[in-house]
Amino acid sequence: MEYEAVIGLEVHAQLLTETKIFCGCSTKFGAEPNTNVCPVCLGMPGVLPVVNRKVVDFAIKLAIATNCSIASVSRFARKNYFYPDLPKGYQISQYKLPIAENGWIDVEVGGNVRRIRIRRIHMEEDAGKLIHDEHQPMSYVDFNRAGVPLLEIVSEPDIRTPEEAALYLKALRDIVVYLGICDGNMEEGSFRCDANVSLRPIGSRELGVKTELKNMNSFRNVQRALEFEIRRQRALLERGERITQETRLWDAAKGVTIGMRAKEEEHDYRYFPDPDLVPIVIDKAWIEKMRKTIPELPNEKRRRFAEEYGLPEKDIEILISDRSLADYFEETVRYFNNPKMVSNWILSELLRELNRSNCSPSNCPVSPQNLAQLLELIDNGTISGKIAKTVFEEMYSSGKKASDIVKERGLKQVADEGLLEQIIEEVIRSHPTEVERYCRGEVKLMGFFVGQIMKRTQGKANPKLVNEILSNKLKNSQQG
Amino acid sequence: MKEGKISLEEVKHIAKLARLRLSENEEELMTHQLNNILLYMEKLNELDTSNIEPMHHAVEQVNVMRDDKLKPSLSSEKALSNAPQQNGVFFVVPKVL
Ligand SMILES: [Zn+2]
Repeated sequence: MEYEAVIGLEVHAQLLTETKIFCGCSTKFGAEPNTNVCPVCLGMPGVLPVVNRKVVDFAIKLAIATNCSIASVSRFARKNYFYPDLPKGYQISQYKLPIAENGWIDVEVGGNVRRIRIRRIHMEEDAGKLIHDEHQPMSYVDFNRAGVPLLEIVSEPDIRTPEEAALYLKALRDIVVYLGICDGNMEEGSFRCDANVSLRPIGSRELGVKTELKNMNSFRNVQRALEFEIRRQRALLERGERITQETRLWDAAKGVTIGMRAKEEEHDYRYFPDPDLVPIVIDKAWIEKMRKTIPELPNEKRRRFAEEYGLPEKDIEILISDRSLADYFEETVRYFNNPKMVSNWILSELLRELNRSNCSPSNCPVSPQNLAQLLELIDNGTISGKIAKTVFEEMYSSGKKASDIVKERGLKQVADEGLLEQIIEEVIRSHPTEVERYCRGEVKLMGFFVGQIMKRTQGKANPKLVNEILSNKLKNSQQG
Repeated sequence: MKEGKISLEEVKHIAKLARLRLSENEEELMTHQLNNILLYMEKLNELDTSNIEPMHHAVEQVNVMRDDKLKPSLSSEKALSNAPQQNGVFFVVPKVL
């Protein structure tokens, strides 16, 4: 029998607020354990949570960006369970009346657009962090993360393949990063993903028994875990066995998912409205105010970059993967209107230096205007492309302008035909054997001559002129 | 109680979720008392509420919010001071997996 997979993703995005969702403690990562805590996020008796307005702002932004309807009345609920990383014995989340529902994200899979629906987006607080002692029967709790704001984004089970899952996840990550509401870092856990997956015979409308996959901390791992889990479930079904509904952990080192023994009571959360928090009422004015802050999103930018700049898909994907890189590109093109050349330089030289110095495009020591000037110098023949790379490295490390470096170091291209002719003749004269071999048909020796000429001009000879003059001279010596 | 709203099994289940250890007597007592409460609540269902918006909250206020501004946190010393077990840095709990 042919099966198809039915996959739904639950994503938790940690929000880039200064303070926690219900108290004024810092959300900063990496502080000394239990120092970003207060009576509210420690769950002391008698304290009252107060919602951070920015969390609601961010939720509205994401709702707009993912085509959701925003609830005019939304409320918080308590999700009850006992675990030592949860100081109150319940997590404040949303259950009925989440802030947003019924949205979608379009992803392109193999040239086709697939619309993945979003069931709901809700606001909630993160739990603390547990560290297990390897030698003693003890665990240590750090509550710095308790109360850090999260948005949970739940998709409909519209995803059919692991590849689609990874693409949806990337699209969602790009959106939250573009909106500036989450840093999207999967490795550090500020963007986390759980997956529900089941199989059913193709053509069937019913859903099979699903498993929930956790512990996948990269796009690749999400895809690999789903691939493994689909194979595992298919093998069981083909042997006529049943799938057990359970939570399974992805083990990236072994490349397998492992079932967790779970008591059925664990999923009985007894949600009820949190009496400590009053409803959130969102009117049109608030939504419009947020809509105005939304930048051009990745999908629109992708379309526009293709139309406006005619760049290949591969270039576009890299450029728009980082909003500040895309901005850098556009800024540079404003000063030097050759999009493909700008893109080539950004994707090779600029990205290499940025990665090497672990720097973001927005803090790049070479401004778009200065990069444009460098490209102009290549374009008008002042310097060769090769010299330009050296100039660029110096621009990056010193912050100087291209024209200043060229002037200071005398890098201006030698485009004086008389001078070049003289140098070329010298080279030909001092390599009679190579000339003879060239004349007998070893045309690839051309490279050798160009190399010699460049050596004598410290790489400053205008390559186009060198090629022209050199070909002529060699042709002459062939005839002569 | 014959027309019970809640069974002995359900009471046991809820006690477990709430980490309550009940004796057999207490389980029966709780079942009886909870049933009385729930039957009493049932009376409210006699009212027709089909055209009434569900009440979200006991007070009428909405949108009580704060700005995203830092406030001083506790020192870890103070934060840990009421813990049954701690090591000066972390809260210490029996190992959980
Ligand atoms: Zn706090």
